[in-house]
Amino acid sequence: MLDQTDSYVTADGRTIGGVMMEMKNITLRFGGVVAIKDISFDIREGEIRAIIGPNGAGKSSMLNVISGFYRPQEGEVWFRGKPRPQMKPYQVAQQGIARTFQNIALFEGMTVLDNVMTGRLNHMKTGMLGQALWWGKAEREESENREAVERIIDFLEIQSIRKTPVGRLPYGLKKRVELARALAAEPKLLLLDEPMAGMNVEEKEDMSRFILDVNDEFGTTIALIEHDMGVVMDLSDRVVVMDYGKKIGDGTPDEVRSNQQVIDAYLGVSHD
Amino acid sequence: MKRESNPVEHVENDGLGGIALSDVSTPGSGLVSVPALLARNVREFGASAAYREKEFGIWQAWTWAEAADEIEALALGLMTLGINPGDHVAIVGRNRPHLYWSMVAVQMTGAVPVPIYQDAVGEEIAYVLDHCKARFIIAGDQEQVDKVLEVGDRLQGLDHMVYLDARGMRKYDHAKLTQYQVLQDKGRKEGDKAALKARTDALTYDSTCVMLYTSGTTGKPKGVVLSNRNIIETSKNSADFDGLRAGDEVLAYLPMAWVGDFIFSIGQAYWAGFCVNCPESAETVMHDLREIGPTYYFAPPRVFETQLTNVMIRMEDAGRVKRWLFNTFMEHAKKVGPQLLDGKPVSAMGRFKYWLGNLFVYGPLKNTLGFSRVRVGYTAGEAIGPEIFDFYRAMGINLKQLYGQTEASVFITQQKDNEVRPDTVGTPTPGVELKIADNGEVFYRSPGVFVEYYNNAESTAGTKDSEGWVATGDAGFLEPDTGHLRIIDRAKDVGKMADGSLFAPKYVENKLKFFPNILEAVVFGNARDRCVAFINIDLTAVGNWAERNNIAYASYQELSQHPQVLETIRSHVEEVNRSVAEDEMLSGCQVHRFLVLHKELDADDGEMTRTRKVRRRIVEEKFDDLITGLYDGAAQVSTETEVTYEDGRKGSIKATLKLMDAATVPVGTMKVAAE
Repeated sequence: MLDQTDSYVTADGRTIGGVMMEMKNITLRFGGVVAIKDISFDIREGEIRAIIGPNGAGKSSMLNVISGFYRPQEGEVWFRGKPRPQMKPYQVAQQGIARTFQNIALFEGMTVLDNVMTGRLNHMKTGMLGQALWWGKAEREESENREAVERIIDFLEIQSIRKTPVGRLPYGLKKRVELARALAAEPKLLLLDEPMAGMNVEEKEDMSRFILDVNDEFGTTIALIEHDMGVVMDLSDRVVVMDYGKKIGDGTPDEVRSNQQVIDAYLGVSHD
Repeated sequence: MKRESNPVEHVENDGLGGIALSDVSTPGSGLVSVPALLARNVREFGASAAYREKEFGIWQAWTWAEAADEIEALALGLMTLGINPGDHVAIVGRNRPHLYWSMVAVQMTGAVPVPIYQDAVGEEIAYVLDHCKARFIIAGDQEQVDKVLEVGDRLQGLDHMVYLDARGMRKYDHAKLTQYQVLQDKGRKEGDKAALKARTDALTYDSTCVMLYTSGTTGKPKGVVLSNRNIIETSKNSADFDGLRAGDEVLAYLPMAWVGDFIFSIGQAYWAGFCVNCPESAETVMHDLREIGPTYYFAPPRVFETQLTNVMIRMEDAGRVKRWLFNTFMEHAKKVGPQLLDGKPVSAMGRFKYWLGNLFVYGPLKNTLGFSRVRVGYTAGEAIGPEIFDFYRAMGINLKQLYGQTEASVFITQQKDNEVRPDTVGTPTPGVELKIADNGEVFYRSPGVFVEYYNNAESTAGTKDSEGWVATGDAGFLEPDTGHLRIIDRAKDVGKMADGSLFAPKYVENKLKFFPNILEAVVFGNARDRCVAFINIDLTAVGNWAERNNIAYASYQELSQHPQVLETIRSHVEEVNRSVAEDEMLSGCQVHRFLVLHKELDADDGEMTRTRKVRRRIVEEKFDDLITGLYDGAAQVSTETEVTYEDGRKGSIKATLKLMDAATVPVGTMKVAAE
């Protein structure tokens, strides 16, 4: 078993560091409904961590706990060796956590470029007046941020839709734009809620490549929820499996695949 | 200075008499290689832009001096890798300044650049790399590197790979891999400039400039060796023909492995000293075209067709006033536009109306298409539809046709500014001689004629005779009064019908393809009693029609078999039949039955070449069951076809195709008798 600060090198040559975020005995209830029940797991620096499970298993709730949007009734979230207090969304973003959504949440009327620029909000220091007047520091700052955004546009190969309003884009591209916006914040931890839902095989392959490249090029830690088992097993270093709000498996893709409880949850068991 | 040094500049060419090779063999001022031209350009146009590339949303520019510095650094870097004169260096990737520099850098070291089609699959790349025993590869990005690595164990000659885009490459074993800029830095630090200069100075007019692989319409691709003489003489003659000069702008967006791109973006660009602009990505080409506004532009007919189709579709969706403006003024433009372009007299009223039209329609439209500044535009490779051709010329775009091939360093014939017609390919380019063989095949001889097919003396001898005449493989004739060349078809495709009349499939296919709804057509009928055809619908045009008529479809396959689509195509086929019937020689080529294919013919499936020419024989073998059905009168045929996806995996699609009859015009025996 690895220690809190141990690091190791994966088979494909990436270095996985110590624990970045740890969930300690998280329980989350909505009234009488227990969405998450006593779950503990950790996310290490530089790894791709998947959370999988059947519908209603509590995966999205878990992601919302990680992002600080839900506050669990029991248990603690530790971030970089310290328990994390309840935070406002902007404070979460300042900590270096960015996310995408299961149902795309972009500004439909704005261009791709503008949407991605909103991801840079935390990197803009000038006030509203300065920006409105487009004067001095504000102008320089926007140029710098635009450069960062252009690098991401180049990285995700969306140059051709730079000036297209998001509302006119097909679903697969919207997903990519959302990823671009999350990346624009230069997150340490990137949360992806079903990044490949509703995509065809080719789009899934593209998205998988982008996720791997993000992890590889920027060293971003990634936690993702995904339904497609093939994708999950190929992408992730470790997998948490949830079912009815409980953790039923945790480990490398191979370990999880051979876990009887996981097999039962996914394939079903006969009631005899 | 440049002009004076050109000995053939003032020689009037009568088109057919030609200029003896000896007259043009003396290069001026030691400009015997592309690196020598580069040095001259640095001296003469040092501070003007030589290359631009849009990256990160901004056009980045390099002057000739800066480009020369980059090229030298890379050449020095290649020297540190132990490159030897005569080595082959494969270059594969999308159009980027860095890859153009690679070609020149390789030439500086005395080695030979071999550009490869970037969308070629592993097998195709393996064949070329193995055939030329490439020692080095300069690849654009990870995708290209991966393709080579995939087949790497079969390539004994391969020494080292250089890649440009570092993305995703960090984990690779770098023992035999170096990043482009890293190699340049190494060259700047450790390179031996004197040794490089000695190599560059040793280049002669007869050194190999580049080796280009033919697209291989038949059989395996062949490596066409082109010397500095071939490239520079051809560039000089053709650039002077159209008055290309420093300050011109060209958009480099066609495959770097294609001879045309080499001539436009290296040969002519270095000869005339104009700027080469590289688009941001393949998807942004149309947008980048508009931003750059090239003055010299080349596109295959397909691109012009697509653009016209897009314009028409958008006009159909436009408001009534706009549509009226468009229709009225385009009508007028078709009447007077070409005359104005050719400098023929037009009435004052006609001129005024054209001026108005330019204000309201042509100007804005040209701007939208990126053609505002086009001074010289060319199309070639396939026949272009007369309506398409006239549309662009009517708007005042100087669109012309040329005829050429890799073995000629492109140019064989081109159209002079005031002698532009859709049905010919023009008169011989200065320096080119033409002759027509008895069987109608066109032969040419010029300073651009290739040296040889690499390691293939047999094919070389079969193509080029001892006097330097090269067979084009195309059948055609020279118009007696104008001296213009007209091409009918590929010589080997021209056959005989069962009754002995002429069978020229391309002639019919081109007529079919002029309809916007038809993307591709393949006509069969050699040694048969009648002709049948395969049709590919154009998804953009037909899809738009379906949308406007509330016709739902789930797939290309379903749309292609829709009864109304089939009816429309039938009317097109019948119209073509009427037109074909008018030609006495070819009236036997009318299409009696046809079908609409359930998939687009595709290069990945081997049905087309990478330059999108149909591989007739492969299509014939692959869809043998369909052809049989068309001839034995079946009403429909069920078929299963293997398809290759872009990532190389294979799958299959099943379909039941309806076979359609088309009315033909009876050909009277009278005409035959009258002959």
